[in-house]
Amino acid sequence: MHELSIAQSIVDIVLQHLPKEEGVTVRSVRLRLGAMAGVVPDSLEFCFGAITEGTPLEGALLEIDTDIEPTLFVCSACGGTSLTVLSGREMQVRDIEVEENEGVR
Amino acid sequence: MSVITIERKVLEKNDELARQNRSLLDRHGIFAINVVSSPGAGKTSLLERTLEHLAGRLAVAVIEGDVQTDFDAQRIARYNVPAVQIVTAGGCHLEANLVHDALGNFDLSKIRLLIIENVGNLVCPSNYDLGEAMKVVVASTTEGDDKPLKYPGMFRNSSVLIINKIDLLPYVNCSIETLRANALRINPSLIVYETSCTTGAGIPAWCDWLVERTTAGKT
Repeated sequence: MHELSIAQSIVDIVLQHLPKEEGVTVRSVRLRLGAMAGVVPDSLEFCFGAITEGTPLEGALLEIDTDIEPTLFVCSACGGTSLTVLSGREMQVRDIEVEENEGVR
Repeated sequence: MSVITIERKVLEKNDELARQNRSLLDRHGIFAINVVSSPGAGKTSLLERTLEHLAGRLAVAVIEGDVQTDFDAQRIARYNVPAVQIVTAGGCHLEANLVHDALGNFDLSKIRLLIIENVGNLVCPSNYDLGEAMKVVVASTTEGDDKPLKYPGMFRNSSVLIINKIDLLPYVNCSIETLRANALRINPSLIVYETSCTTGAGIPAWCDWLVERTTAGKT
């Protein structure tokens, strides 16, 4: 269940990027998860929902862009498994959609 | 509605602290390993045999990660090495900030080898760099020989595999050749040792390697 601490890290990063004025709500957070990130999207969504209660991210949609990990990576040319991982472990907050609430501006 | 571009790594804070740990350890010439496995594979027993074997040969310190209790730290205390217990209180893995704080409890000038025993879990610790030089994954024969295929992430990210409980091979449905082959399919560069903490088999070879790695390039 490291998804909980990952969700917390996402919230921390998003809060640092919010405009300073009050009454801003986050509508969605776009996240890139590599195939080998080792994170279960469903668990992450659940933790994100729980941890954002009472914050400007409450109710925000967590949009996870990911693909599923194959068990084994094999070179299609020679069948070798001595591979260097170039990408696939990334876990990145891409962008957020925010809305300024009425009556605040 | 407006879009704010962020493009930041989720674990950047952990990675930054891990970098600080690594540079602190490097500065003191300390070789650090992060020992991972599923619960019950024998991390603590391996640590005990290792400490026994390295006594008088190498200045070792230990960081013990546990979800609850300091039972493991009590076991380690008998070996007269500096040891710090981290209780994660439910947390399934160690993070770099916990190790960072733990390092403050040691006199680093007196340590050559730091062994970090992670929380028993083959999934979560794989994402968290602690600042170690390498990960050592322990897989025991009682867990079956398909473990590497079921948890490829951890085997891919480790440098050493210790196949433990080899004394139980006659009693369990596990082929050590298959276990080894499965692990090497995931990560062909794994260095493999076979050990039994009950009989002591394989412990000297593993410890000799540790001593060699710790003292490599140093006088």
